[in-house]
Amino acid sequence: MRFETSPAPHVIAGYSVPRVMFPVLIALVPVAIAHVVLLGPGLLLQLAVACVTALLAEAFALRWRGQDPAPALRDGSVLVTACLLALSVTPLLPWWLTALGTALAVLLGKHVFGGLGQNPFNPAMVGYAILLVSFPLEMTRWPVLLDAPEAQSWMELARMTLGAIFGAVGDPRWDAFTGATALDAIRTGLDLRYTLPEILGRGDVMGPLGARGFAWLNLAALAGGLYLLARGIVRWHIPVAVLGGLLLPAFIAHALDPGGHLSASTQAFAGATMLAAFFIATDPVSAATSNLGRLWYGAGIGLLAWIIRTWGGYPDGFAFAVLLMNVAVPFIDRYTVPRIHGRAR
Amino acid sequence: MNTDAILWALAVAAVLAAVVGSALGWAASHIRPDDDPLVARIDALLPQTQCGQCQFAGCRPYATAIAAGAADINRCPPGGEHTVRAIATLLDRPVCPPDPAYGVTKRPQVAWIDEERCIGCARCLPACPVDAIVGASRQMHTVIAAQCTGCELCLPPCPVDCIELRPAGPAVGNARRVA
Amino acid sequence: MAAWAHFPAGLALESHKRADAIVPVIELPAPSRVVLPLDPGTGESAEPVVAVGDVVQRGALVGRATSAFSANVHASIAGRIIAIERIEAAVPTGACLCVTIAADAAPASTQDPWPAATDHASMNAQQLCDALHEAGIAGLGGAGFPTATKLVAGRQRSVHTLLLNGAECEPWITCDDALMQTAADDVVFGAALLRRACGATACVIAIEDDKPAAIAAMTLAVDRAVDAALSLAVVSAVYPRGAERQLIEAVTGIEPPSGGLPVDAGIVCQNVATAAAVARWGTRGEPLLSRIVTVTGSGVARPCNVRAPLGTPLTDLVAATGGYRDAPLRLIAGGSMTGIALPSDDVGLGKATNCVFVATRADIAPRVDAFERACIRCGNCSDVCPAGLLPQQLHRAALADEHALLRELGIFDCIDCGLCDYVCPSQIPLAHRFRLARGRFREATVAARKSDEARERHEQRQRRLRDEAAARQRAFEEVRARALPAARGSDGIDDKSGEAP
Repeated sequence: MRFETSPAPHVIAGYSVPRVMFPVLIALVPVAIAHVVLLGPGLLLQLAVACVTALLAEAFALRWRGQDPAPALRDGSVLVTACLLALSVTPLLPWWLTALGTALAVLLGKHVFGGLGQNPFNPAMVGYAILLVSFPLEMTRWPVLLDAPEAQSWMELARMTLGAIFGAVGDPRWDAFTGATALDAIRTGLDLRYTLPEILGRGDVMGPLGARGFAWLNLAALAGGLYLLARGIVRWHIPVAVLGGLLLPAFIAHALDPGGHLSASTQAFAGATMLAAFFIATDPVSAATSNLGRLWYGAGIGLLAWIIRTWGGYPDGFAFAVLLMNVAVPFIDRYTVPRIHGRAR
Repeated sequence: MNTDAILWALAVAAVLAAVVGSALGWAASHIRPDDDPLVARIDALLPQTQCGQCQFAGCRPYATAIAAGAADINRCPPGGEHTVRAIATLLDRPVCPPDPAYGVTKRPQVAWIDEERCIGCARCLPACPVDAIVGASRQMHTVIAAQCTGCELCLPPCPVDCIELRPAGPAVGNARRVA
Repeated sequence: MAAWAHFPAGLALESHKRADAIVPVIELPAPSRVVLPLDPGTGESAEPVVAVGDVVQRGALVGRATSAFSANVHASIAGRIIAIERIEAAVPTGACLCVTIAADAAPASTQDPWPAATDHASMNAQQLCDALHEAGIAGLGGAGFPTATKLVAGRQRSVHTLLLNGAECEPWITCDDALMQTAADDVVFGAALLRRACGATACVIAIEDDKPAAIAAMTLAVDRAVDAALSLAVVSAVYPRGAERQLIEAVTGIEPPSGGLPVDAGIVCQNVATAAAVARWGTRGEPLLSRIVTVTGSGVARPCNVRAPLGTPLTDLVAATGGYRDAPLRLIAGGSMTGIALPSDDVGLGKATNCVFVATRADIAPRVDAFERACIRCGNCSDVCPAGLLPQQLHRAALADEHALLRELGIFDCIDCGLCDYVCPSQIPLAHRFRLARGRFREATVAARKSDEARERHEQRQRRLRDEAAARQRAFEEVRARALPAARGSDGIDDKSGEAP
């Protein structure tokens, strides 16, 4: 009797790229819900635009490279890029900017390097950075969070959001429903030489948990991140290192100068901290390889983010922190090769 | 617009450029490497068959010609496409298929002397570029198979055509053994 | 860094070992035809010492070992040699020289060709090694390495510990478990002989903790032996705990040096089945003629362990245990992680064939449907690698054939366990790629050495020719220098010879 042959091993665990990517999308659901509740329905439209653009851009790129797009579109990696980008930008971003950013993220952040698994930079952050630098006004226009006392109702915000995304640029009513994010307000205040107690005591910056509104978003992101940890999709090294790299300097600086530096707990739940720690920095393709390397990589991201938040020109520094550490990854990989059994070093 | 400052800057830049430029020029003409390392690196990629099919007298002269830009990189049949690729990568030149005008790539082969027919004329001994044939006048000749490169240069001198080429055995016998 | 280096790697796999299919061990009667591979599994075959048409007794020598990596082969049945040819066999290279014996002729003498009882007690260590070499004992754990070679190397290096491998970590295989449950005393006796042969002071028998019956049987046997040097060690059932290096690390904490062997660390490792074969030789003088093999998989009607003569065609093995069932897809000699898929069941049972795994689609479904994608650098592979390697970096280097980088990253430290392949979400056939890369590396090394030698010989030849030409030129000039003044200084008479011009 004849049989077919195949090289060993003859079994595999059955993991697949979709099974790594789709749980990430599931873990983003709590953040998305909190986002919609606090910042209006803008996110849903951003998600729709980003996802559609991402799929189209990926299909176009693969066709152009002479490959079959169907398997790549099914693996979910480009959807993760699109969702992370949509969650990072303001929900009021005009639709064509979201589309542009997503297309650039997929084409310049991923396919120009060779597609899945070849990109040295985090694609979502590439798109975000290009948008932030090229369109600073639109990218920093955030709505007043709905848990603030002077905010309008959700339905009003919804109507304004539609206008912002699809229509009027330079609507005279911007001032009525947009405002600075908590980190933005704190930065502006510190630059104007106010002390932190003065800024935080104003009431429009801090909420019950921490940074107004964004604390809930961070909590939701943390919940999603813990889900990913439990399922083994993400390992603890990068998130713990990012948080450590951010919170340790924050703790020390706050202890030395409480008036000029935010406390560690505030830093932890402000801006995009948890989203970055669990979802953005953990992109396996652009992160370091070994576990020790990942600790250094995450710590570098956290530290750079703290430096940018404290002294840099942008209120939240995670995008650039991630991109800078992506550049350092080959160097980190070179010096954190784990010891092979039987060798001294 | 401080003209003094501009003139000073220009003067300093000019002097620096002159000094560094002359130092580099002197070094280029007086400090020469013993041997052009590029030739050695190209030679290291060639199979060392020493067959002359490239129309040069051995692998080293061919490597020298490639380094000087006097020969194409696809003239080596024993090296085959593998060698063309390696040299193309080293010199950043486009890969081209081996030129059939210089011969065809054959499987690894070694020469074998049929001892029944060998007459001991010793004409094949000087032909071998790596001295892989042992023998003497009116003594039996034999090819040291481990040292034969399969270049076929011993075939023409033999007056009785007693040398033939046989396929070489597998290079690696035991796949399991750790190198 | 120590904490990172010793982080336990490996993976607890589903064992597929049904407790009711382990014992009893079925004794198979002698088949009508055996196909004996002369390659024990190391790639180096023995040389046949018989010819087609010879009639041999059971236990007669048919193949003599020609190197340290080959082993003697004996006829496992009495009969007539009907073929000596290179055919498909259950060996890593896929084919080797095999001796086929048909039981259609009776030999002249029915007495065993080996001495009735060996006087092993009076043999010294070297004589023991020689006797085991004569008996053709090789590693029955799957690699087929000639036992005598290992023991001699052990004595030369003054090893201190003999480690007996009863771990059997690979899924589907239960032959060692069955052996330990049914013949624990043989294992202990064989261990004592092996220890004396290699000169070790201590002997440790290692068993995985998922084999309670075997542990119980071996514990009793060790107690009965009353040997202070003998002890039992239980290791966790994590694949590949039973791989030689990993087992040594788990039991003794010593890491055999990279690029070296366990003997360099003072340890000799042998399989429990090898020890039982040595015991058989010790009590009956019998050379290696049979082994216990597991017949399993969803493709056989009745999974079980059988003791069969070496060379038994796998068709006979399967038929004797109830035949095929369902739709067998693959016939694998070995387990699911490192076994060799055979193209035909008409091959003979080899020394290293510890399992005949007939897999249906249900057994290997995810692999059959696997679709390879690009590496996403997830790190699953390096998390499970038992040798501490970085398979994703190795993969990139292997695709580019970057030899220096491959060696630095440890391509030759890879034990080929297949775990990186198993956990890859992009379903890249990593183990296969690394095997190919190692093969290409070795071929390139051999080719490089050959071309270096050719270059050197060519340059020597050029120098020799130049020197010869220079010598001829000097000789010519010498002669001319002697001749010319004579011609100038006279009217033509050559002074030296005195002749007229």
